[in-house]
Amino acid sequence: MTFRNDIDITKDLIADHGLKPDEYQKILELIGREPSLTELGIFSAMWNEHCSYKSSKKWLRTLPTEGERVIQGPGENAGVVDIGDGQAVVFKMESHNHPSYIEPYQGAATGVGGILRDVFTMGARPIAAMNALRFGAPEHEKTRHLVSGVVAGVGGYGNSFGVPTVGGEVEFDARYNGNILVNAFAAGLADTDKIFYSKAEGVGLPVVYLGAKTGRDGVGGATMASAEFGDDIDEKRPTVQVGDPFTEKRLLEACLELMATGAVIAIQDMGAAGLTCSAVEMGAKGDLGIELDLDQVPVREENMTPYEMMLSESQERMLMVLRPEKEAEARAVFEKWELDFATVGKTTDDLRFRVLWQGTEVANLPIKELGDEAPEYDRPRTEFKKPRPLGKVPSDFDVANAVFTLVSNANGASRRWVWEQYDHLIQSNTLQIPGGDAGVVRVEGHDTKALAFSVDVTPRYCEADAREGGKQAVAECWRNLTAVGAVPLASTDNLNFGNPEKPEIMGQFAEAIMGIGEACRELDFPIVSGNVSLYNETNGIGILPTPAIGGVGLIADWSKMARIGFEEEGQAIVLIGAPSQWGSHLGQSSWLRDVVGRIEGSPPPVDLEHERKAGEFVRNLIEQGITRSVHDCSDGGLAVALAEMAIASGIGAQVNQLNDVSPIETFFGEDQGRYVVALDPRNLDVVWEKAARREVSAFWIGNTGGDSLILGEARAISVEALIQAHESWFPDYMDDEPSAAATA
Amino acid sequence: MKSAIIQFPGLNRDRDMIAALTKITGQAPELVWHRESALPEVDLVVIPGGFSYGDYLRAGAIAARAPSIKAVKKHAEAGKLVLGVCNGFQILTESGLLPGALMRNRDLKFLCKTVHLKAENTDTPFTRAYARGQVVACPIAHHDGNYFIDEVGLKRLEDKDRVAFRYCGADGAVNDDTNPNGSVNNIAGILNEKGNVLGMMPHPENLIEPAHGGQDGRILFQSLLEAVA
Amino acid sequence: MKARVTVTLKNGVLDPQGKAIEGALGSLGFDGVGSVRQGKVFDVELTAGSEGEAQDKLKSMCEQLLANTVIEDYAITLVE
Repeated sequence: MTFRNDIDITKDLIADHGLKPDEYQKILELIGREPSLTELGIFSAMWNEHCSYKSSKKWLRTLPTEGERVIQGPGENAGVVDIGDGQAVVFKMESHNHPSYIEPYQGAATGVGGILRDVFTMGARPIAAMNALRFGAPEHEKTRHLVSGVVAGVGGYGNSFGVPTVGGEVEFDARYNGNILVNAFAAGLADTDKIFYSKAEGVGLPVVYLGAKTGRDGVGGATMASAEFGDDIDEKRPTVQVGDPFTEKRLLEACLELMATGAVIAIQDMGAAGLTCSAVEMGAKGDLGIELDLDQVPVREENMTPYEMMLSESQERMLMVLRPEKEAEARAVFEKWELDFATVGKTTDDLRFRVLWQGTEVANLPIKELGDEAPEYDRPRTEFKKPRPLGKVPSDFDVANAVFTLVSNANGASRRWVWEQYDHLIQSNTLQIPGGDAGVVRVEGHDTKALAFSVDVTPRYCEADAREGGKQAVAECWRNLTAVGAVPLASTDNLNFGNPEKPEIMGQFAEAIMGIGEACRELDFPIVSGNVSLYNETNGIGILPTPAIGGVGLIADWSKMARIGFEEEGQAIVLIGAPSQWGSHLGQSSWLRDVVGRIEGSPPPVDLEHERKAGEFVRNLIEQGITRSVHDCSDGGLAVALAEMAIASGIGAQVNQLNDVSPIETFFGEDQGRYVVALDPRNLDVVWEKAARREVSAFWIGNTGGDSLILGEARAISVEALIQAHESWFPDYMDDEPSAAATA
Repeated sequence: MKSAIIQFPGLNRDRDMIAALTKITGQAPELVWHRESALPEVDLVVIPGGFSYGDYLRAGAIAARAPSIKAVKKHAEAGKLVLGVCNGFQILTESGLLPGALMRNRDLKFLCKTVHLKAENTDTPFTRAYARGQVVACPIAHHDGNYFIDEVGLKRLEDKDRVAFRYCGADGAVNDDTNPNGSVNNIAGILNEKGNVLGMMPHPENLIEPAHGGQDGRILFQSLLEAVA
Repeated sequence: MKARVTVTLKNGVLDPQGKAIEGALGSLGFDGVGSVRQGKVFDVELTAGSEGEAQDKLKSMCEQLLANTVIEDYAITLVE
């Protein structure tokens, strides 16, 4: 086979590379000649939405990314946040939506692999993972198959790699029928003085390739992640990458060993558009040129062209700049772990990105401009229109029946079927497994410290009002961390939206970011890393706007942390941060959608000052040892919060009802900034005193005990029946689907 | 008690086992790389859990052919103690040190949860601190834990009291509902003929401190401490 | 020399994967599927002086690694 690098660059070829005519014009101006085929490939990889953030950059800049504890914000493989005692937590969240729709097992697996690599590239050993998954309607023909494959893929990779998966979200909505979301989060622990970055330093130093061999996997994958799906989706199958957690586990151990030797100057993992993006990034950040000799690249397939090698997305690969005097030591580490190690290039002082293949130069481009001069758009966007106010809501719905519906339907039922397929115990540090408000992992080697993790967003709120929805996603994540007793430190965002070339989508995107920014600023919860996934549309139907927020919090003394279940019988149940009628806002509520069958109104507004006050109050109660049983009110309002506390503990509760207030609003309103806590009644006076001082409302709404949940005048609900209903939906739903792992 | 841990690429619960042995015995285990053909002088050799070689051919199959496993066999022949947990159990069956095989879980899914085990034979160095029939909590985390052995082999195991642990309910009930993975006769762990090699799928090393929500896993390590004291 | 080694579960050993695939075929509307057993195929390239020698080598590979003879049978076919 012959490869021709100098073919005519036709209009079709340009379009096939996802480049617009004006973008191609810019390339011509930048290099003063027609690009070679390899160069065109390099530009398409660097300038697509996925790598260049060309539609989103303008808005991402408005996010708060700094804080007292922030060591590294966005722009590196992952964010780095100080947790004291010379240690840092390193974390990020990233999407793998399109690949997971095409091949759910491998798509999800490689998504997990990619995010873990981002974390250990920085020198951190991964200690926790989470994922936010969104699927189409349960009754859609593809949903079961996708759920089965994605869950098996997430587990297949994470379990084998050896990181506990401690939390996440699974949601169903018809708007994801043709475009599921797979967002993977990972966090690791590192010493603050041993963080590794991608910035190359020094001229004439070896650029070293490590890890798995290069194949044709995913050639054009980053371009795929930036395109809408059509019906020809099945034809795109060959670009799917295959994950190899065994190699990644060895790569982790080898990298950490290598880093400990002092050999590593710079390191970058090969993710989207592998060799291209990683090499350009390392050089451009360090104001250096890079020369690559592709004949040295370990390959897995025959006759690979330079074009394919530069765009391959084969997994489990790293690029490093090493101290030459340590090269032999480095090689020994990689040989011990039986991984490929090859010097594939060197740093230069000419600020060019040069690629050699079979003795010819197949690309020679200005390295800084490849990244810096990527197009940036201020795309047109439509003004946000407030949703029509919620019409009259019937009030004669049975409270007990509604509770049953909400804890046992697709979106309210237990996710045990999912998280039991994830190893959530490995590493022996897990203090709270999935199913609570946040996953909690203790900091190894420290007697009392622990980290809490949560990922949250309520897409239906974002659809109705993107700005309030953006705020709510941040607030809910912050609240979930608070509910276990953690001080929220920082967050990562995974912004999943439709086609940004549509003004209404761009409008949603901008509004959501403004809401997120406002909330992060108010709550001291800076965004330190993240990922944008646009073009989540199939045949013109966009997903619900889904800006998932992953947060990390620090618990000073985990022996005091709170859990979601009632602790014991005979405790007082106190509702904190609620309005005088306890609950009121039914617009966009779960009750309205799932019980009444209407999607309507504005989402509940988020009062950030109130949010902070209520959260600090609850955290103080936990830290003072006054309560060990806390749950925030979210989907399904107060009723579902109480039901989940009963389900988690097997302990019932008797809760009052207010006179002259609709029990539907009281129990199912989704007013924000509320927590339910249970505590020894002897502590109530302390609670009232603290609440008054902090100007936060606190109402004694009932007591724990018995084997049923009684909400006001509603009929008693047996806790056992609730548990049964809550646990049944998922296994019943998945019963007919053969496990994806069987055929994987 | 002196112990050693065999390390294969792809194992990932080695760190958990090192932590447990260190915390309970007060002595860190020696680490043995899989290519070593000799073991240090120790009382106990542990093959921990994980996915050696990605479990790519069959769980434990490739690791079972490593030089270090030959050394483990010699160690066992000398009457010294060998413990294989999860992937370690799979490696022990693949290497022939223990009979039977571990197949894909009945439901075909990876399963991570805390289950109950019944201590059956309590007259071994691994189980002497249990009461016979004692029910303890223990986490499992595996994809291939479905223990299989042919009828003749099964009879031999049962007749010679070589089943160390069986999956059961909190009340001790041993039946299909309390069998998480389809193992024949709910078998969770077995002994070799001499009783100095134990293979088990569950992870006692993950339940040894209050932070883990219980300490039932300690009993196994306490048995070993008593046995070699 | 090229050979194909097929490894299948022994009769009498439960094959949950095969069962699941069998069920899936049924739900896809394929009638008349009796049973499905899942196995593994290895394509091996090797050098050997004769077919007999190749057979011996392959047999030994199967016994020692490719198959777990506690639960699996194997078959060897020389392709060329």
